[in-house]
Amino acid sequence: MRRSDTLTRRSFLGSVAVAGAAALLRPSRAFAYPGPSAAHPGPIVTRPIPSTPSDALPLVGLGTWGTFNVGDDVAARNSCTDVMRAFFAEGGRLIDSSPMYGSSQAVIGYGLGKLGHPKELFSADKVWTPSGAKGPAQIAETEKLWGIAGFDLLQVHNVEAWEEHLQTLFGMKKAGKLRYVGVTTSHGRRHDVVEKIMRSQPIDFVQITYNALDREIEGNILPLARERKIAIICNRPFQRGALIQRVERAKLPSYAAEINCTSWAQVLLKFIVSHPAVCCAIPATSRVDHVRENVGASYGRMPDEALRRRIAADVEKI
Amino acid sequence: MSEWWTYRLYDFLLFTPQTYYRLFDLYNAAIWPAQIVAVALGVLLVLMCARGAGRPVALILAAVWLWVAVAFLALRYATINWAATYASWGFGVEAALLLWIAIRGRFDPPPAYARTAGLGLVLFAVFVEPLSGLLLGRPLGQIELFALTPDPTVVATLGALLTLRPKRRWLLMIVPVLWCLFTGLTLLAMSARDWWIAPAAAVLVVVLTLSSRAHSPAVSSLRSSG
Repeated sequence: MRRSDTLTRRSFLGSVAVAGAAALLRPSRAFAYPGPSAAHPGPIVTRPIPSTPSDALPLVGLGTWGTFNVGDDVAARNSCTDVMRAFFAEGGRLIDSSPMYGSSQAVIGYGLGKLGHPKELFSADKVWTPSGAKGPAQIAETEKLWGIAGFDLLQVHNVEAWEEHLQTLFGMKKAGKLRYVGVTTSHGRRHDVVEKIMRSQPIDFVQITYNALDREIEGNILPLARERKIAIICNRPFQRGALIQRVERAKLPSYAAEINCTSWAQVLLKFIVSHPAVCCAIPATSRVDHVRENVGASYGRMPDEALRRRIAADVEKI
Repeated sequence: MSEWWTYRLYDFLLFTPQTYYRLFDLYNAAIWPAQIVAVALGVLLVLMCARGAGRPVALILAAVWLWVAVAFLALRYATINWAATYASWGFGVEAALLLWIAIRGRFDPPPAYARTAGLGLVLFAVFVEPLSGLLLGRPLGQIELFALTPDPTVVATLGALLTLRPKRRWLLMIVPVLWCLFTGLTLLAMSARDWWIAPAAAVLVVVLTLSSRAHSPAVSSLRSSG
């Protein structure tokens, strides 16, 4: 396998922000991405948000479906806070949630409060109600649960009532209350609707399922995203654990070391985030060791196209 | 990728199994020593069902359904599962129906086999079902008891309805049968080995209720005159 930093140097440099330089996010705040540490081979890899290239995100974020829905259990909330602490310490930024995720939003707010609201946070949530009229109230409630004044990204969950909700979100963006607007879907559902929205609406993000087995979007959505300068966030990177259970039956392939991976989880994540249209993957976890492992996939060499195909083929064979 | 029918049951689970079972841990710790009262109520329920005392049984069940609706479903389960809010309303409706039966209800004499099966189900729910978690390796703190948690309360109620045969029992069976389906699917999604208990109880009671209706004197006379 040719080293990706030589083979794809031109395209790679065109899509990677040099870590260590202060990245301007909002006029009022800036921070430096973590530099190389003993734990990681080189600086964290980020990808620009296509609609705002001066803004970039590390390749691995944090999902909260299931794992952060722990209710009022204080011990469990503290564990989730530990996960967030480790996530930020490793260089992570994007945390994603939804009103559909039970108490996850409140648990995020609890953790952010304990951590002093890290300025690295890129907050992403969703509006999830069949009634467009109820969207603003739900968004306000979500902000309250997170304990923040506004979100970086709000998405229409499962494209439900998207016409009405997008109107609300675009209005918020115009008023300076929101930075980015997006839509989400998962499990391969409603790709036709998502495509229609991508072609007709000035959205910034699409969140969609993509992993080494679920690759349907390579043919349509991903090329369209590049054409329309829409950032792709990938949910279900491990099919909620099923993919990990599948691949761990097999020995870690030798090429894992060539792309600085020490586990199947990292190989699976690097498969996803090495696609040039993908901005970020959002694996969910309630474990500190797993979040460190996941964000670790934002570092080091990425597979080139040939290796990506090989990874997909190997996973299918298991 | 295929359409929605490729969703796995697990995809609909809002929480992890660890979070679900910890709910019982925290609940049991918070309400201790209510478990002693619950066991006493269970014993009383068995005795009253054995005596065919319909109204006292309905009164006991109305009280425990209301407790479960509020103390467990609304205040605890709903914090991790928004559907539990609707379930708590359903349990409240069932409590109201049971209270109505306790005050105004009338009861048909059950066939012997239905009475025996119903009593067996009540005994199972009160004394055996709580042990299923322990047998599967779950700690004592996560025990699910009649009168305190939904599953054994629902199974005991289905058994009581079979034993006592109140009029309009079909109305009283709707919420319990729906809960058995809901909890069975939830536990199946979590790959819990005891997922089948509540659904099996519901199927048994529905089958026996239909069977006892087919063999009731009113139906028999209709057949012989037809």
